Amino acid sequence: MKDTRFAKVLIFINSLIPLTLLLWDTYRKQVGANPLEFVTRTTGMLTIVFLLVSLTVTPLRRITGANWLVKFRRMLGLYAFFYGFLHLMTYVSFDRFFKFKTIPADVAQRPFIAVGMVTFFLMVPLAITSTNKMVKRLGGKRWNRLHKLTYLAGVGGVLHYWMLVKSDTRIPLTFGFVLLVLLGYRLVMKYVPAKRATPSLFPQS
Amino acid sequence: MATKLGNNIKANEITDYKVYLNRRNFMRGAALAASATATTFLYRKLNPPPAEMPQGEKIETVTTKPVDDLAKSGFTVNEQLTPFEDITNYNNFYEFSTDKREVAGEAKGFVSRPWAVEVGGLVNKPKVFDLDELLKFAQEERVYRFRCVEGWSMVIPWIGFTLSRLIEKVEPTSQARYVSFQTLLDPKRMPNQRTTVLGWPYVEGLRLDEAMHPLAILATGLYGQVLPPQDGAPVRLVVPWKYGFKSIKSIVRISLVAEQPPTTWNTEGPSEYGFYSNVNPHVNHPRWSQATEHRIGEFSGRPTLMFNGYAEQVAHLYDGMDLRANF
Repeated sequence: MKDTRFAKVLIFINSLIPLTLLLWDTYRKQVGANPLEFVTRTTGMLTIVFLLVSLTVTPLRRITGANWLVKFRRMLGLYAFFYGFLHLMTYVSFDRFFKFKTIPADVAQRPFIAVGMVTFFLMVPLAITSTNKMVKRLGGKRWNRLHKLTYLAGVGGVLHYWMLVKSDTRIPLTFGFVLLVLLGYRLVMKYVPAKRATPSLFPQS
Repeated sequence: MATKLGNNIKANEITDYKVYLNRRNFMRGAALAASATATTFLYRKLNPPPAEMPQGEKIETVTTKPVDDLAKSGFTVNEQLTPFEDITNYNNFYEFSTDKREVAGEAKGFVSRPWAVEVGGLVNKPKVFDLDELLKFAQEERVYRFRCVEGWSMVIPWIGFTLSRLIEKVEPTSQARYVSFQTLLDPKRMPNQRTTVLGWPYVEGLRLDEAMHPLAILATGLYGQVLPPQDGAPVRLVVPWKYGFKSIKSIVRISLVAEQPPTTWNTEGPSEYGFYSNVNPHVNHPRWSQATEHRIGEFSGRPTLMFNGYAEQVAHLYDGMDLRANF
């Protein structure tokens, strides 16, 4: 894939499609009896999906040798943060009705919300340090170490979803399985001696 | 530009720059359209649009009592009714689907006639009632609040009859202290019973005095129409002062028993769902705040009322009981 710039546009637009459809469906009142719950659930799922997709980049790159894939990782990660932010906003606005004072008590009472909050705040430093400037400033090594937080965010996201579900845990368990494979791959690779020098993990572009 | 190929390419074989650009743009457009279609399809697959509105047949023989009596007894609440589309497209009925928006579609075509309800246990006159016999009990309209343990609520105009009438008919013996209820077990008609998301069949229970309370009804319809499958056709329990999951659907067996019977959600998560499960804003659930609720169709939250607003009618049933321990 030489046409990186166009590929980026392609991913950018496709990542916005779920949001567009969600807004369109809400506008047309096609989101069922409980729109608030629907919007919350959809944005939450999208956050996990984008987290998992961004965590797929490195294994895919190692397996296929398609190193240019790394150029899309930042955008995918930022989309995870973006949808996570929308998800948090639906909670603040619809679940709490902007009564900010009730949030601490609610977070303390409902552990799954606490897990979700922590997960979101784990993503904040990752979004802030996503620019080229910040990569340079931190230096590749430190930047890499910081961005290992993505693993924790993935675990937090899946745990948050799993804790919420009443009894049908099939979707959160599927997400969990995917995450396990992605993180497991990294663990295995760490202990399998590299045949050749692995290319640097931080974005080059 | 000099290339390794040198002069091997003839001038007429070189693609014109304009054509090259056009083709490039065309390819880009195609890639964009194809990927956008694929993404849209994937999103739609995972977030399907709600099913159409079902149309049932009318129940003709409904009697109505004077309005004053109704309000005092709790038989009618003077609150905005939840629209029929919402009541019939947003259902917790795990026998069909665990997705509330998908139950209506999955339950479409569910055959609930003929239907028999076996009433027995510690009674003098056990009897199997078929649906027509149940419909002979005086059918009334009851407008009840309905509060789900998940924090949402509705106001539903049920059609049904007082459960106590049915229980009196079979004459409970003096040992009978509880009533247990059971949903149909038939994975062919209730496809999600093939999964293990819950232990099947769904079972529920009430203390006998709760079951004999005039607010507890067996519902056979809503909005003047025969109960749609997704709402528990052809006959379901409605206990308005308890969380929605107590109001068991598609009942095939009612037994009078001496000991507290097992109930599905209590078996599933004893620390989260009690046997009583009375609506109680002071006892929180780890997943959902029970102090407030989201009334379907409204945007701001509203406070949840003790016993779902039926304290005047039912609080005496629990005199002297610690409702935090017996949640």
